[in-house]
Amino acid sequence: MKPDDLKQFSNSLKTRMGACFPGEKAIFRGHDLHQELGDIEWFDLYIYGITGKRFTKNKLSLLETIWTYTSYPDARIWNNRVAALAGSTKSTANLATSASLAVSEAEVYGGGVLYKSISFLLRTNKEIDVSSQLKIHIEKELHSNRGIAGYGRPLISSDERILPILEKAKSLGLNKGPHLKLAYDIEKLLIEGRWRLRINYAAISSALAADIGLSPMQFYQFMSTVFLAGMQPCYTEAVEKPAGTLFPTACHDIKYEGVKKRIWKEK
Amino acid sequence: MQAIHTKIWLEEPENENPYATKAAYCHGYNVYDDMLGNCRWVEMLFLLLKGEAPTQQQADLLEHLAIVLANAGPRDAAIHAAMCAGVGKSVAASSLMAALAVGAGQYSGAREVYLIMELWNKLGTDESQWKNFLLNPSSSDIVSTWPDIEHIPGFDPHGNVTPMSIMTILNKLPIDAYTPHLQWLIYNRVFLEKQSTKPITITMIAATTFIDLGLTLDEGEMLMLLLRLPGAAAHSLEQKKYGHKKFPFYSIELEDQHGKKETQ
Repeated sequence: MKPDDLKQFSNSLKTRMGACFPGEKAIFRGHDLHQELGDIEWFDLYIYGITGKRFTKNKLSLLETIWTYTSYPDARIWNNRVAALAGSTKSTANLATSASLAVSEAEVYGGGVLYKSISFLLRTNKEIDVSSQLKIHIEKELHSNRGIAGYGRPLISSDERILPILEKAKSLGLNKGPHLKLAYDIEKLLIEGRWRLRINYAAISSALAADIGLSPMQFYQFMSTVFLAGMQPCYTEAVEKPAGTLFPTACHDIKYEGVKKRIWKEK
Repeated sequence: MQAIHTKIWLEEPENENPYATKAAYCHGYNVYDDMLGNCRWVEMLFLLLKGEAPTQQQADLLEHLAIVLANAGPRDAAIHAAMCAGVGKSVAASSLMAALAVGAGQYSGAREVYLIMELWNKLGTDESQWKNFLLNPSSSDIVSTWPDIEHIPGFDPHGNVTPMSIMTILNKLPIDAYTPHLQWLIYNRVFLEKQSTKPITITMIAATTFIDLGLTLDEGEMLMLLLRLPGAAAHSLEQKKYGHKKFPFYSIELEDQHGKKETQ
């Protein structure tokens, strides 16, 4: 694009997403928010905002449950700990949440692994027809990425969220999709192949979302707030306790492993 | 007791209180007793990241770049983000968080610096390798949350001239035998711009400087984020004083599914 081409974008926003017309109305993806969408549930609106599509009640319920079942108010968990530390320093709740959400874009457990997991399942489902091909595909993935997103868990090998979310998916009639089946076929091969990598919540939620029809970007956007409900209690408790009492760290709690003391050069 | 491990920081406690610091050492140097008064801000920055004090030349180079990066001005998206926080009287930290999030991107942001540094590590100062890349630019096929990048890192996709500011910066940076990549960039700038058909950007200068300072990709990305914050802070505070009546809200042209337009 040339400088002259940029001028057409100056001072005005051309959009199809929506706008506020103060004193009159607000449009959300082509619909009057207070009239046409007046009775919409917030979660429905959230997914509609991301995808531009409306989903069935059962699909929305499953997506919401994916959030619910990983809402852990445990201030030891790294992203939650950020929210709690903000409480302990008497920072604001909004800053606590915002920072905690930003930290949730983690390669180990958050947005990074979720995006990779759904991308892998969608790609694999498209490319692979038979299980012999799947094994080769898995070996290739393991070789190039030293792991498969959605398999294995950083702290322990079992995942307590899996059974409840599968039961929920079953109760909603959403447990028969091809990506969920594929996710388990992959686990079977990983265990048989002695990689000892068990399926985790990232792969399950990715598979369910893929079967519902979300793209990697849509799933990643949707999941950017997946841990939100667990953060607030961590902040609430920390801010109510005396300042500085969340994991106070004494000098001897730090294991210094650096160079010996030395003299800084003179000016 | 579980411990936090560090090679950077040693703190000695007061006898009466293990939570009170008697002395702190950064990579072995006594910070308050020895460094304070004898150390420049950029020397401390370099020491923190690299574990060793910079040479005089390295400190000078980093200080020059820190001044270049301190403020990108209100046209910059990261500064714009900080001003949005300021004009709405958001809390102070939100201004910097806004600037960090927007300034983290692959277009004029810290991730672009990361990608350019990656290019330097891959292509080195080999003219033919750069030529091949610029004629057939390829981006990483690693699956990640970063959106696909549309331009060649380090080159302005909307540019048609090398700005005088870029030329002035390149002329003023303390470049010598310790900065082979910056030297190469200056000698080959016209060649690179001819191949890419686009002018180089500040991010190219920042990334090249970081390579010459011996920073890793992660360190360069982090330092880019850090060094651009002063301007974000100042512009946010300024807009807080100006107020929203002097801050553009812009017009909007809303198009529905049928192509019908509504403006405001």
